[in-house]
Amino acid sequence: MIQIEGLQKKYGKIHALRGIDLTFDLEQVVALVGPNASGKTTLIKCLLGMVIPDGGKILFDGKNIEGDVLYKNRIGYMPQIGRYPDNMRIGYLFGMMKDLGKNRVKDHFDEELIDAFKLGAMFGKPMRALSGGTRQKVSAALAFMFSPEVIILDEPTAGLDPLASEILKQKIQKEKEAGKLILVTSHIMSEVEEIADSIAYIVEGEALFYKSIAEIKSESGEERLGKALFHLLGKRA
Amino acid sequence: MNKIIKYVLHDIFRNRILLAYVVLLSLSSFGLFLMNEDVSKGISNLLTVLLIVIPLVSVLFTTIYFFNSYEFIELLVAQPLKRSKILLGVYAGVGLSLLSAFWLGIGLPVIIFDGTIVGWYFLLSGTLLTMVFVSLAFLASVLTRDKTRGIGIAMLLWFYFTLIFDGIVLMVMFAFSDYPLEKLTIFLSCLNPVDLARIMVLLKMDISALMGYTGAIFNQFFGSSAGIVLAISVMLVWIVMPIALALRIFKRKNL
Repeated sequence: MIQIEGLQKKYGKIHALRGIDLTFDLEQVVALVGPNASGKTTLIKCLLGMVIPDGGKILFDGKNIEGDVLYKNRIGYMPQIGRYPDNMRIGYLFGMMKDLGKNRVKDHFDEELIDAFKLGAMFGKPMRALSGGTRQKVSAALAFMFSPEVIILDEPTAGLDPLASEILKQKIQKEKEAGKLILVTSHIMSEVEEIADSIAYIVEGEALFYKSIAEIKSESGEERLGKALFHLLGKRA
Repeated sequence: MNKIIKYVLHDIFRNRILLAYVVLLSLSSFGLFLMNEDVSKGISNLLTVLLIVIPLVSVLFTTIYFFNSYEFIELLVAQPLKRSKILLGVYAGVGLSLLSAFWLGIGLPVIIFDGTIVGWYFLLSGTLLTMVFVSLAFLASVLTRDKTRGIGIAMLLWFYFTLIFDGIVLMVMFAFSDYPLEKLTIFLSCLNPVDLARIMVLLKMDISALMGYTGAIFNQFFGSSAGIVLAISVMLVWIVMPIALALRIFKRKNL
């Protein structure tokens, strides 16, 4: 579904991505894991065309995404920090996004998360009055709204209350079973273990390894993913 | 793109600053027309307001609005929308709202009190001037990520075109006064949209005393109608060039 080949990105002197090669397919939940500032968010932003890469290419369904926008019809994105126009009310924001994406859905919008998070009761509130967690809920609901084939979630549960993050995890599971590709970044290993089936480990702009979680565990002989990763990385260093 | 314009307009029309701008403009135009018995005197006084206030408000309002809607723009870029459509949509939205403020605050009084061809040229000149500075503000905004720096660049542009430029022209005139400078003067005026806006109105009013050096040369060189056509075309270039450049930069910008 998505092929990344030799992706490069420099911000001035900082070399954020140094030739990343990765392939993602449908019916997969891939966790992008790595230290802070390793290039995970830059990678995601390249996928979405928000950051223009300096080298390499990204193929979506076999087609280069450069200069294309239509492929974004098939992607839902939840940013790490959801930033929205301050004066806009939640209800208006959802209305606007539906209006802008009218042709993206066949019959109805997926409003499961809006209902599950009880956002309807807050439709009258302006975005600036929302807490960080509520913003995350809004971002999550927007990412799933158009039932896209690919869903990209950048640290989805950071700042969510336990109930809400459980709801979100169940939603991810459900969408995976429906045959979607889900890309998640996270620093919480227990959560990765719960939702993802493979891990792409990114360090300093390079993909160190890309393996299924079962493989990682059997290679290291550890039961817990956090320990297994520690073991695996320790061996390399 | 129409949808983007719609949402930008919805956002701006609830903005009190725009309302304050309309009030300021109508107060000055009604005031000047009622104080001066002679309508054309009113127009020439209003010209001063036009040449200073309109560029200032247009460039500042646009830059601040752009940076305040950075989140909105980011949100749109992640959607299946072309970047050019997003930027031009916001541009059209801001332009339309500033133009409606101008036509409400100055257009209406001018049509009521004056209503002559001079008045219409005055309004055309203000319309072009507004759009020139909206374009320049977009260019200033995409050049940097930092709001303060963006506003700084915008203010510098305004300073340059309304104050510094005239000083430079005067210096050139003074230093080379022994040479024939007509063609150079025309060229220099074309480099300053504010000067062009002034010349456009004064050529139509035919008050040579107010034309100043550059205006008088325009009149002498082209006669009034050809001079006006030239001024309008160069102003159009001043509208198109900065926004085209801004678009090029925005297409490659990392958000």
